[in-house]
Amino acid sequence: MSASVKIKTLTIDDRHVGARENQTILEVARENGIEIPSLCYIDGLSAHGGCRLCLVEVTGIPQLLPACMTVVEERMEVSTQSERLRKLRKNILELYFSERNHVCSVCVSNGNCELQDMAGETGMDHVHFPYLYPDLGVDITHERFAMDDNRCIMCTRCVRVCDEIEGAHTLDIKDRGIETRIITDLDQNWGDSETCTLCGKCVHVCPTGALFEKGKSVGEMSKRRQFLPYLALMREEKR
Amino acid sequence: MKKKSLATLWLDGCSGCHMSLIDIDDRIVQLSESFDILYSPLVDVKEFPEHVDVTLLEGAVSTDEDLEMVKKIRRQTGMLISFGDCAVTGNVPAMRNKFELEQVLNRGYIEMSPDNEIIPDQYVPKLLDKAYPVHHIVHVDLFLQGCPPSADLIFDALSEIAAGRTPVLSGRTRFG
Repeated sequence: MSASVKIKTLTIDDRHVGARENQTILEVARENGIEIPSLCYIDGLSAHGGCRLCLVEVTGIPQLLPACMTVVEERMEVSTQSERLRKLRKNILELYFSERNHVCSVCVSNGNCELQDMAGETGMDHVHFPYLYPDLGVDITHERFAMDDNRCIMCTRCVRVCDEIEGAHTLDIKDRGIETRIITDLDQNWGDSETCTLCGKCVHVCPTGALFEKGKSVGEMSKRRQFLPYLALMREEKR
Repeated sequence: MKKKSLATLWLDGCSGCHMSLIDIDDRIVQLSESFDILYSPLVDVKEFPEHVDVTLLEGAVSTDEDLEMVKKIRRQTGMLISFGDCAVTGNVPAMRNKFELEQVLNRGYIEMSPDNEIIPDQYVPKLLDKAYPVHHIVHVDLFLQGCPPSADLIFDALSEIAAGRTPVLSGRTRFG
């Protein structure tokens, strides 16, 4: 750390912590062993602020702020575990489970899924909302990988890793709101993509069973993410 | 201490959760000191009793018979437990829900059985438009997730209930 870096002090859950001036609440919390749940954030990629699980309360600000997108300020008082936030996180998870077809028992990622784990950790043991049961497909045209829209939570980790780390930008997003989908190239079959390098990074950053290696059966798809912080660091040094 | 009465049954489920219940092995003797099993595939009583303290209900609500049964069970049960993922989420039985009922019946009885293309309209229960989680039909008091819930989880939950406590399962269970 160079001498010119300014340090800010703040409290997270009544703990005094120090942070570099450009750090986000989520980064500082994790550095200090304070766990804030998140699904779209992943170390090594830009923040997206989409999953809303890392919402926190900041004294003096009426609305909730996403910890992954909010830069620390001097004397900020952050609360990450209030009853209000716990309820909200449960509700958000219920919405995830009701919006698409998440059938854990027959999913390739059963037992290796961040969404499933998060539901377990927050005590989300049933969904109040009516399930939507959307008619979604699975793209199995790629020679090595498959994309199952039924399990996708639109965290966009795959889009970001494809663009920011691999540099291919094969994956992107189409449409808005509940209609949003991940697409390959110009909304073509993945197997017809001319830009996909077959690197598989998208598969391994995916928190659920939405992206998986072909040939994997129920519960067999575990993700390996160790490469990501390392690759991100190498890119930083190159710049 | 007075014994509690227990009922167990499945609606649209595979009986796997009941297999897991049997997997508590010899601990079932311990449970039998706290519970009288009044109604269950294990005891083969035909009518659901007038009143039971605790019911373990496996499976989703998928037919007109299930619907009647689940309402009856709710009326005649103190503590209703959604037992396993089919009861809690709809799970595999609910995978038909993205299709219209007519498509489902056609698939099952016409496309898959070219030698006997008849959709039955008697002797078998009528399918509802969708397979529903139990709590979307009646109030549920406790949710035991899992496909199936582990034997240890089932034993611990029933032991807590036997001791007059509400089981705290948060962090110990998950879907799937």
